[in-house]
Amino acid sequence: MDHPLDRRRFLRIASASLGFGALYRVAPLAAAPGAARTLDLLGKKNGERPAPFSFVQLSDTHVGSESPANPQGTRAFEQAVARINALAPKPELVLVTGDLTHDSENAAEHADRMRAFRRIAGGLTVPMVRCVPGEHDAGLDGGSLFRDAFGETSYAFDHRGIHFIALDNVSRGKPVVGPEQLSWLHKDLARFPTTAPIVVFTHRPLFDLRPDWEWFTGDGDQVMAALSPYENVTVLYGHIHREDVHAEGNATHYAARSLAWAFPDPTSGAPKKPVPFDPKSPFANLGLRLVREGNRTAGARPGVEEIELRLAEQNNLVGMQQFLKTGETP
Amino acid sequence: MTRIARSRAALTISLLLTLGAAATRTRLLADDAPRTIAVTARRFEFEPKQITLRRGETVRLSVTSQDVQHGFFSRPLKIDADLAPGQETQVLLTPQEAGTYTIICDHFCGAQHGNMKLTVTVE
Repeated sequence: MDHPLDRRRFLRIASASLGFGALYRVAPLAAAPGAARTLDLLGKKNGERPAPFSFVQLSDTHVGSESPANPQGTRAFEQAVARINALAPKPELVLVTGDLTHDSENAAEHADRMRAFRRIAGGLTVPMVRCVPGEHDAGLDGGSLFRDAFGETSYAFDHRGIHFIALDNVSRGKPVVGPEQLSWLHKDLARFPTTAPIVVFTHRPLFDLRPDWEWFTGDGDQVMAALSPYENVTVLYGHIHREDVHAEGNATHYAARSLAWAFPDPTSGAPKKPVPFDPKSPFANLGLRLVREGNRTAGARPGVEEIELRLAEQNNLVGMQQFLKTGETP
Repeated sequence: MTRIARSRAALTISLLLTLGAAATRTRLLADDAPRTIAVTARRFEFEPKQITLRRGETVRLSVTSQDVQHGFFSRPLKIDADLAPGQETQVLLTPQEAGTYTIICDHFCGAQHGNMKLTVTVE
């Protein structure tokens, strides 16, 4: 007999655009029929009952950039840190989806920019900050400086039942993930059932958003093919300096705004040039705006997206933490 | 005309026809050889910046990087080449549809890399 909770949705990731980034809330749908029972079941199996948490995505801070489109330097980044620190409840994780720094021909200068990023990000009072490189961080030296400053360019970790995967699609120079990383991805995913909630974070879009603007990943289709059996996949990326939502198969792809400058809407016919800086509205294109469910700033655009995570019930349902602890598969 | 003379005349005509056919074939081959367009790549531009092709025309793009590693990429034109420094890379191209296409450098080559593109107009 099928379990009464078959394919009921009980986990939700709610993404609220904060202007300076995106806040994601991961929460069991307490009101969903049978949710309490599912949580109890997971608690027994895992030894840890799933609990709500939130995380923030930041992107494209381009520390060191001297573009006319970004005369404020790191001001927006610094404000973002202050805003995040003021959030309640406090996010448990900040993901940075690449182009932390602007590239430099001078390796010492680029290393200084990496240190400047670390100094500003070091002001975050959240427990965890995880980064992936953008091409401006790692495209010229294969990721050497990035690894010195931040560690590996691709990796995976788990947090409260969500499997996070950092993918590097920049350090080979071309917009590709590459066969080695694809092989690693297949092995990493093989540990999990298809119901596992997965969040991939990377720099470039993993689909053909606008290839002639280099808004694509050459082997992104292979990445998505590896992820296609999984029912709950969220891809977070940067690079395009604007918000975008793209749903395909079981995955939904979300782009974050930049903290340096914006690019125009690629469907508007505008050329790919940064949106000019407007001194009267210094954060207009970065949209320094705060949206909170139930307490929205007057006049602010809601910008709230909800990603429903479906957790398909299985007869031998065990929670994510259980897989991580024992390597079991149901 | 004697029989020998007739044979010589026939041989000569045959030879001339053969030579003529060969010349025609050579000319046709020359006509069939794709037009070659030389393109140079250097940070952060291609030269020329724009080329015009005829629909259905096969051209050979002879692309040379003058400085660092570059890429040569267009999804609709099905071009994906790597340009090693100092080496000539041949790209055969037969556009089937009129329009304007963009070939980009897709190997990150520096801060202004995003501006490095070649516009292909197909008439």
